[in-house]
Amino acid sequence: MTDSDSNRRKLVLYVAGQTPKSLAAIANLKRICAEHLDAQYIVEVVDLKQNPILARKHGIVAIPTLVRQLPIPIRKIIGDLSDTQKVLVHLDVNGVGHE
Amino acid sequence: MADTYGISKSPTGIDGFDDLTSGGLPTGRPTLVCGAAGCGKTLFGATFLVHGARECDEPGVFVTFEERPADLISNVASLGFGLDKLVADDKVYIEHIAIDPAELAEIGDYNLEGLFIRLEMAVEQVGAKRVVLDTIESLFSAFTNPAILRAEIRRLFDWLKERELTTVITAERGEGTLTRRGLEEYVSDCVILLDHRVQNQISTRRLRIVKYRGTAHGTNEYPFLIDEDGFSVLPVSSLGLNYAVSDERISTGIPDLDAMLGGGGFHRGSSILVSGVAGAGKSSVAASFVDASCRRGEKTLFFSFEESAFQTARNMRSIGIDLQQWMKRDLLHYVAARPTLYGLEMHLAIMVREVARFQPKLVVLDPVSAFAAPGDMTEVQAMLLRMVDFLKAQQITAVFTNLTDARGNETQTEVGLSSMMDAWILLLNRESNGEYNRELYLLKARGMDHSNQVREFALGDSGINLSEPYLGEGGALTGSSRRAFEAKTRREKSARAAELSRLQQQLDHRRKKLEAQIEMLKTDLRSDEMELERMIETEATYLAQLQSDERELRRSRKDSHASKDEREPK
Repeated sequence: MTDSDSNRRKLVLYVAGQTPKSLAAIANLKRICAEHLDAQYIVEVVDLKQNPILARKHGIVAIPTLVRQLPIPIRKIIGDLSDTQKVLVHLDVNGVGHE
Repeated sequence: MADTYGISKSPTGIDGFDDLTSGGLPTGRPTLVCGAAGCGKTLFGATFLVHGARECDEPGVFVTFEERPADLISNVASLGFGLDKLVADDKVYIEHIAIDPAELAEIGDYNLEGLFIRLEMAVEQVGAKRVVLDTIESLFSAFTNPAILRAEIRRLFDWLKERELTTVITAERGEGTLTRRGLEEYVSDCVILLDHRVQNQISTRRLRIVKYRGTAHGTNEYPFLIDEDGFSVLPVSSLGLNYAVSDERISTGIPDLDAMLGGGGFHRGSSILVSGVAGAGKSSVAASFVDASCRRGEKTLFFSFEESAFQTARNMRSIGIDLQQWMKRDLLHYVAARPTLYGLEMHLAIMVREVARFQPKLVVLDPVSAFAAPGDMTEVQAMLLRMVDFLKAQQITAVFTNLTDARGNETQTEVGLSSMMDAWILLLNRESNGEYNRELYLLKARGMDHSNQVREFALGDSGINLSEPYLGEGGALTGSSRRAFEAKTRREKSARAAELSRLQQQLDHRRKKLEAQIEMLKTDLRSDEMELERMIETEATYLAQLQSDERELRRSRKDSHASKDEREPK
């Protein structure tokens, strides 16, 4: 794993269609990224209705699920991310030096 | 698979279960299978799925929440399911839903749409008609919000019903409830309870249909078995007393015993109890039945609870009965199991299964008293009654041997068997004059004229012989006292014969002597008669001489007259 890899942050949000929960999660994530996270974070939104195979591949059960793919270990947050502080804690945003 | 109730059924391929439910599980509906850990829920589901994929052209999806697919495949491989092949052929898809609560945080509202998406994809991939969810309760340990979970589970069941997927949902048994998480409230069509009980250190698996909407079903607990043949439910219900009866007689293999029964033996399909004390020859009598049955070319099933097949075969060779040959020719099927190996229900169930598979004409249970140890008396009696009914319904002749207490009353069977038996052969081993002798008595033979005699029962190289009773002054004699008495009688008889012939000779002698005397007297008489005749002859000659002399004299005296007289008529 290279240095640049260890510094990269990747979040994937899995949603299923344009449901209120999904839309709320997307909005919340956008807000959290804008307010609390720096540009290191790459954010991807996956609609499982379009790409169901990814649900199997990534073991997604609950919708919406936010997966912190990088840095490892993988962390998962399920729900509409309505509690910003909790999201930040679970993404371990403050522990940037976490190696 | 529509039955008379109009509910469509999907066969599970589980031996016995489909009969019990007249077809299987309700098609297009969810069925809840609940039970404690290790009682066979997963296997139930797997059997259902594999049977559908293999036999019914109904592919399936196995959703496993606990076991990994590779583990699942290898776990059922020993049962010959070949799940990996079905997976490769796209007949079955195994969807592994693994949730590690440690890496999961719940923030805000969510649902389980991901599960639905994955399920839908799997269902579409194989064109599934059947689904197994094993076990959905794992979700409760992964997700903390029960309100969301319950709503989602309800939605899942609706979703499954909407797609008309025949589903098996497994769930853990709860304290005082069917399932730990109350899943039974979502499934209203069919609920099956699996149980695994240990009594007297013997475990018995049981299955009960708690609920089956729209189908008449038995409410009993049925034993089931998981063995190398997979999952089989063994419904044994009381069959009642309305079976057909046969007038055909079948030989017992003991010609003397047949003779005691009026020549033909017992009725086909009757239940025959052979009871006796230890060493009285119960197994030998049973083996005779077996041998006779095999000789008729009829299949015979021997359940032994004490001896192995080889031991029985060896022992029976000593009395001239070769059971080995019948085993080799598949006419005799020998099943040996210790009574403590399973519970009573399981024994019964296994026996019923073996009978159903082998289709014998004669069944031997040797001995039924062996069950007295693992089970309590009423249970043993109930089990045997069901066995009797089951065999009778199929006109299978049954031979039960029963060990009686040597000191007790011989006519008192421990498990109260007598009333359910049609015939009862009592084997006695009585001590008299310092020796034990075997005796046989026909205590009962329903619907048959039978001898009331106690026969002496001898085991020899050529089978079993029943000697005619020797009725001496002190009752029937057996053994050496019988032989002594017979010898004594023989001696007396010959002595009397000798006496008689002596008398006869004496008489002959006398007769000859008398006859000789008579002959002598006759000779005397004849000589007297001859003497008399001679005298008469002499007399006549004398008289004639006298007359002629007189004439001569007269002529000479009056010669002229005489000559004149004589001349005149001339």
